[in-house]
Amino acid sequence: MVKLLGDLSASYPLPILLVKHHSAREGQGTGKDMVSWLGSRIALDVQLADDKCLLSPGTVYVAPPDYHLLLNRDGSLSLSQDEPVIHARPSVDVLFESVADAAGSQATGIILTGASTDGAVGAQAIRRGDGQVMIQHPETAEVPVMPKAALKKGDSSEAMELECLTARLLDLARKEPGQ
Amino acid sequence: MTSPLPHQPQDTDQLLKTMADQYGYDFRDYAPASLNRRIRQHVEQHRFQNIGALNQAITDDTQAFANLLRSLSVPVTEMFRDPLFFHYLREQIIPWLATFPFIRIWHAGCATGEEAWSMAILLQQAGLLDRTQIYATDYNEEALATARSGIYSSGLLSLWERNYQDSGCTGKLADYCLQKYRSLRMSRELQKSIIFANHNLVTDSVFGEMHLILCRNVLIYFNRHLQDRVLKLFRESLHAGGRLCLGPRESMRFSSTAGDFDTLHDEWRVFRRKGGSQ
Repeated sequence: MVKLLGDLSASYPLPILLVKHHSAREGQGTGKDMVSWLGSRIALDVQLADDKCLLSPGTVYVAPPDYHLLLNRDGSLSLSQDEPVIHARPSVDVLFESVADAAGSQATGIILTGASTDGAVGAQAIRRGDGQVMIQHPETAEVPVMPKAALKKGDSSEAMELECLTARLLDLARKEPGQ
Repeated sequence: MTSPLPHQPQDTDQLLKTMADQYGYDFRDYAPASLNRRIRQHVEQHRFQNIGALNQAITDDTQAFANLLRSLSVPVTEMFRDPLFFHYLREQIIPWLATFPFIRIWHAGCATGEEAWSMAILLQQAGLLDRTQIYATDYNEEALATARSGIYSSGLLSLWERNYQDSGCTGKLADYCLQKYRSLRMSRELQKSIIFANHNLVTDSVFGEMHLILCRNVLIYFNRHLQDRVLKLFRESLHAGGRLCLGPRESMRFSSTAGDFDTLHDEWRVFRRKGGSQ
């Protein structure tokens, strides 16, 4: 994650929503440790997502442990405590489906290393909305289960090395209107 | 695994209109992202072709509406949920409550009632339960029936017992319930001070003056407009100096009522209604 986001400058124009799997009962606490850990290693502003806050550019919003993170069409975030999806809360599927609804073809979903198939259904929702999906190459991922599952219904060109993912994120910023 | 249905905003609007007009349940100011997900899941689980077909079904059939309502309100709660918050309640809020001759507490959106029962235990330990009235409200009658019965699966007890210990309470949670077969029933002693009642935050109004209101992880399901309405309702329902506890990721900063409250504890989102005694 640090490798992926570390090359983005503080003036990066896009907001980033981040879901990391963990168990709230195994010492993840409120998520604040994760926020300060990541925040001290990258240039982007890192925040624990607050319900209904509006997205700002150059900010990483981290899903709080034990909450799903979703995007509304008005550009505000929502949290929910609906049932876990594939044992995960927060869940990538929940986030991606809401982003596909809210942002359509402007949505980009990135799947990194992970030990469950969460994210595969959400990635499909982003594709159906004409958004982009990018996946860490399973061979370079620490745990390939999640990238492999997401790739199943996707195109093999979606899989790439981390360096390439960062380059694509920088490309996306250049396409952002008004930047 | 099925792929999600494409999003159909007009059909969703029509569905929500039918629910409000025909049944008086207004979800139009719920947060769209989480509401859409629940509607979509309901459509898939009940094998409707699309949201339009679901709308037709609830127009014709009250049972179809009842099923949908159940899917839209999924109660999530535990005894002593967020133990450190309960620790804070015990150490900081209860001593303040003790200064009043009679105490009124409102659990708004109590779901299946665990938090209200937990509060009753704290108050009993502080010797305050006899002079306290707890109002625990929800719009979901099914959840309220569970809350009122105080009967829960005993499979949950080990988790709840751990929460109870982590909140700094002495003794055991099991001391406050009767275990039988696979269920447990909360002590009748506690029940005397709790009224479980139907109240819908979307449409209903103030019903009393409270010293403490707890509404945790309910506002996250509302949009900003409805959050604002509910926070105004809480402001009108609170005694001057009264305390309001929201969920740990819920915020008041987007509401016009923010100026009427001071923050007492940022991490647990505890606020004090301005005016009156400290």
